[in-house]
Amino acid sequence: MRYAMAVDTKKCVGCSDCVVACQTENNVPIGFCRDWVVEVMDGTYPILEIEIRSERCNHCGNAPCVRCCPTGASHFTDGGIVLVKPTKCIGCGACIASCPYDARYPHPDGYVDKCTFCLHRIRNGLKPACAAVCPTRCIYFGDLDDPNSEVSVVLKKRKSKTLIPEAGTVPQLYFLI
Amino acid sequence: MKEEIIVSGRMNSMVDPHLHIWHWQIPLYLFLGGLAAGILFFAALYYINGKEKEYPTAVRLAPFITPFLLILGLLALFIDLRHKAFFWQLYTNIKLQSPMSWGAWTLMVITPVSFIWCALHIRDLFPKWDWKYEWLKIIESFFSRNKKALAWVMLIYAVILGIYTGILLSAFNARPLWNTSILGPLFLASGLSAGAAAIIILTRHPEERKLFARIDLIIIGIELFLIIHMFMGFLASTQVQIEAARMFLGGPFTMSFWIFVVIIGMIFPAILEIMELRKFHIPAILPALLVLFGSIMLRFIFVYAGQASRWLY
Repeated sequence: MRYAMAVDTKKCVGCSDCVVACQTENNVPIGFCRDWVVEVMDGTYPILEIEIRSERCNHCGNAPCVRCCPTGASHFTDGGIVLVKPTKCIGCGACIASCPYDARYPHPDGYVDKCTFCLHRIRNGLKPACAAVCPTRCIYFGDLDDPNSEVSVVLKKRKSKTLIPEAGTVPQLYFLI
Repeated sequence: MKEEIIVSGRMNSMVDPHLHIWHWQIPLYLFLGGLAAGILFFAALYYINGKEKEYPTAVRLAPFITPFLLILGLLALFIDLRHKAFFWQLYTNIKLQSPMSWGAWTLMVITPVSFIWCALHIRDLFPKWDWKYEWLKIIESFFSRNKKALAWVMLIYAVILGIYTGILLSAFNARPLWNTSILGPLFLASGLSAGAAAIIILTRHPEERKLFARIDLIIIGIELFLIIHMFMGFLASTQVQIEAARMFLGGPFTMSFWIFVVIIGMIFPAILEIMELRKFHIPAILPALLVLFGSIMLRFIFVYAGQASRWLY
């Protein structure tokens, strides 16, 4: 089982509903966010191109955060999801320094926090909060090992990219371009 | 023109606008650990070589400050932790792929070793010292009989302590400035240089001072070589490394690095030490203090600059 997410950059309008839904669903402390929206503007007016992406933790296959964690608090769980066990986390910040996507943040309670692909929701057959709330329905989520899951289907149909694949992290967040 | 920005307004504490998760506690510990590693390395080295009588400060006296350095360093590390109540998890887990785990366990070995080494020479400072308790006397006699083995353990762990701090930073490939394998040897050399400088400050024997001035000179040469090749390596690497190097070659850290670390911390003390070896009268404490200053500035600048280097945005 290999969970992955695909965000359709042609449909994302940058409304940030995913940001707010995640903060609500996961009790993210005020001032922090587990996901965010990036806008890339290319060209010279009036010939401009825009790409809008909803980004979050990539739950990398070769996660540097898991490798650098001295206690094993950062670990892999079902389907390759990267989680933090707060009672094992000492708050050293090594994982925060090791993430090239800057996806992690220090929770005010001391441990390190980040997107969990809403594991508590997907275990109950629901979609992650961001995917469930997206008004343009541009966030696809599912099991890459299941050829019929919506994420496998859409990745077969569309061109996609990942962020800084050359960093060697094997990210599992795909952007449909 | 290409503009890439976060439009949803992310401002995660200590992560945005650029990473600043590690503050003064980390470079302070890196310096104290490197200095302790340097002192313990020379103590073990010259004991094993049988030069205890010629270089008594290096082998017997200078190590007395290392327990304090290590405890202060550990305290700085502890203060930096954000989830302090769980710090003991470091010592119920070992992760061979995590240099931080390596460091925690190395400190777990070398801190007691430094205490024991000092305990074996306690009568240098307090001639009438009496352990009072039988079990303490048993421990002392055990380590006295196995002093050479202890010295070997101390030697190896001093090298690990000195080099792992650089390896730790270089393991974070997300920070292009740190992601160079030269950082480990550079930090080890800087630590050995600082150790030699401390011995120069503490010694009263001119022969010992001359030896460690010569050693310091050689190590400074090695450090300059490593620094030059580190920047050559960055400029011949990928775009993110070139941009990381630019922080030091015209960017915000240019002045502080080349002036504090290279000129004041390496070149100027090297010149003073050469003059001293050619019989000019230079107070030996001056180049030694400059070397220590350069060593701590190297760590401060690298920890802060590394957090400013990045892959994205």
